[in-house]
Amino acid sequence: MEFALALAPQVLVDGLVLGFMYALIALGYTMVYGVLQFINFAHSEIFVLGAFVGVEILLGLQGAGVLAGIPVWVLLPVLVAAGMAASGFLAVGVERVAYRPLRGAPRLVPLLSAIGISFFLQDAIRFLESIWRNAFYLTYPSLEGLDRRIQLGPALDISVKSLVVIGSSILMLVGLTFLVNKTKMGRAIRAVAQDPETASLMGVDVNRVISLTFLIGGAMGGAAGVLFGIQYSLISPYTGFIPGIKAFTAAVLGGIGNIPGAMVGGLVLGLLESFSASYLSLLTGGAFGAEYKDIFAFSILILILILRPKGLLGEVVGEKA
Amino acid sequence: MLEIEDLHVHYGSIPALRGISLFIPRGEVVALLGSNGAGKSTTLKTISGLLKPKQGTMRLNGERIDGLPPYAVVQKGVSHVPEGRRIFNRMTVRENLEMGAYTRRDGEIARDMERVFELFPRLAERCNQVAGTLSGGEQQMLAIGRALMSNPSLLLMDEPSLGLAPRLVEMIFRVIEEIRSRGTTIFLVEQNALMALSVARMAYVLETGQIVGSGEAAVLLRDPKVRQAYLGEPPESAENPG
Ligand SMILES: Nc1ncnc2c1ncn2[C@@H]1O[C@H](COP(=O)(O)OP(=O)(O)OP(=O)(O)O)[C@@H](O)[C@H]1O
Ligand SMILES: [Mg+2]
Repeated sequence: MEFALALAPQVLVDGLVLGFMYALIALGYTMVYGVLQFINFAHSEIFVLGAFVGVEILLGLQGAGVLAGIPVWVLLPVLVAAGMAASGFLAVGVERVAYRPLRGAPRLVPLLSAIGISFFLQDAIRFLESIWRNAFYLTYPSLEGLDRRIQLGPALDISVKSLVVIGSSILMLVGLTFLVNKTKMGRAIRAVAQDPETASLMGVDVNRVISLTFLIGGAMGGAAGVLFGIQYSLISPYTGFIPGIKAFTAAVLGGIGNIPGAMVGGLVLGLLESFSASYLSLLTGGAFGAEYKDIFAFSILILILILRPKGLLGEVVGEKA
Repeated sequence: MLEIEDLHVHYGSIPALRGISLFIPRGEVVALLGSNGAGKSTTLKTISGLLKPKQGTMRLNGERIDGLPPYAVVQKGVSHVPEGRRIFNRMTVRENLEMGAYTRRDGEIARDMERVFELFPRLAERCNQVAGTLSGGEQQMLAIGRALMSNPSLLLMDEPSLGLAPRLVEMIFRVIEEIRSRGTTIFLVEQNALMALSVARMAYVLETGQIVGSGEAAVLLRDPKVRQAYLGEPPESAENPG
C-alpha cells in the first residue's frame, strides 16, 4: 500500500503527459466534427506528419553537425512551429481535395474518403522516408538537457521533456480557448458550427471558416506530433493509429464538438490509462498486468458514456435547419 | 434599389419560383404576400444568395447580384432576417449582435449596437444572456437587431411577426416603421397581410411561384380578392357570377 501511494505522483505526471497529448490531438477531431459533423479519420496521419517534420529537422541539423550548438529553448519552438505549419496545411489540403467535393453526399462517403486518405498518407510518408533515408522507423535524437530530471519532492521527479510537453500543451490550450471564445475569428467558427447557413447571412465565408478549422485542428495535431516524438522518441508512419483512436475516444468522452470537452476528455483518458498501467496488477493481486491497461481504461470509458451518453461536458453540434 | 427580372428557382427539379419580376424602390417598405408554400422564403433566400437562380437577373442599384455567394451579398448592404429567427442559440445576445456586424471594419459598431438597444431596450437588459434562453419575442427582436448591425441599405424580413402575441406584433411593426424612417429599404414577407399592408407602400402577391398581383398597399387593402384570400373575408357572391 505504501509503495502504491509513493508511486502515485509519478503516475500522475505520466498520465498528464499522455493526457495533454491526447487533448491536443482530440481538438482536431472535435473542431472538425463541430463544424461538419464529420469524423476526420485522417487526423491521426496529420498528427504523424508533425512528428516526421520534427525528426527531419533534427536529423538534418544533426547531419550538418550543428545540432549540439543550438540551444534547446530555440530549437523547441522552431520544431513545434514547423510541425504545426506542416500539419495545419496538410489538413487544409486534405479537406480541399478529399472532403469538400463530397459535401452534401451521404455521411458515409466522406468518412470512406477520410479512411482512404489515412492509408494514403501512411504509405506516402513511408515511401518518401524510404527513398530519402532508407528507413521509415526514425528516432528523435536526444536533446541536450531534455532528459534531465528535476526533483520535485522526495518521491517525485519529472523529466524536463515532460515539463516541456505539459507546459506547451497548456499554452496551446489556453491560446486556443482565447481564440475561439474571445476573437472575431473564433466567433465565426462557433457561428458556423451552430448554423452555417445563418452564419453566411452574417457575411461569413463558410468555406474559409471550414478551412480555418482544419488549419487550427491540424496545427494542434502537428504540435502534438512533435511533442510525441520528443517524449517517446521512436516514430513510424503507423504511429498515429493508436493515439488517434484514443484521442478520438477522448473527444467523444468529453462530448464531441465540445472544445473544453476534448481537453477534459484527453486528460481523463491519459490519467485513467496511466493509473491502470501502474495499479492494475496491484489491485488484482497480479492477475492482470499493465498490458490490460487499455481494457481497463476503456471499460471505465464505456461506463462513463453509459451514464453520460453525451460525454462529460456534453455534445455540442449545430442546429441543423 | 432592387430589380428582379424573370427569376426562376428550382429545388432539384421542382420549381419554386417560376419567373417572378419585381421592383423595390429605395426608402420604401415593400411587402410580399402569399400563402404557405407560395415561394416567399425562396424569394428572399435567392436575393441573399443562399439559393442560386436557374434563370433571371437581380440588380441592386444597377449592379448584378445574382450568383454572388451570401457573404458577398451582405457586403453589398443586404441583410436578411431569416424565417424562424435562427439566432445563434449558444452565443450571448451581445455576441449575436457582434456576428451581425461581422463584415464591418468601421468604428461605428458600438454606436449601432446602442441604437439597437434603443429600439429594443429588452435586449440591453439581457446583453450577456445566452440567446437560446430568450423568449420567442426576444429572439425575434434579437434577429432583427442582429440584421441591423450590418448597417444594411436593404433589409429582408421573413415573417417577423410569426408566433408573436398581438402586442409584440404591433411593436415589431412600429420598429419596422422606425427602421424605414431612418432610411433603410425593407422587403417584408408576411402572412399577417393586414399589418403588412398597413406599413408597406407597395405589395406583391405570390402564388405557387408566380406573381399574381401587385400594387399600392392602400389599393390592395380595398381589393376584394386580396381581402378574401389574405384577410379572411368571406367571398362576395357578386364577384363570382356563374
Ligand atoms: N429545401 C427545399 N427542398 C425542396 N423543396 C423546397 C425546399 N424549400 C422549400 N421548398 C418548396 O418550395 C416551395 C416554396 O417554399 P417557401 O419556403 O419559399 O414557401 P413560403 O412562401 O415561404 O411558405 P411559408 O409561408 O410556409 O413559409 C414549397 O412548395 C416548398 O415545399
Ligand atoms: Mg417561408
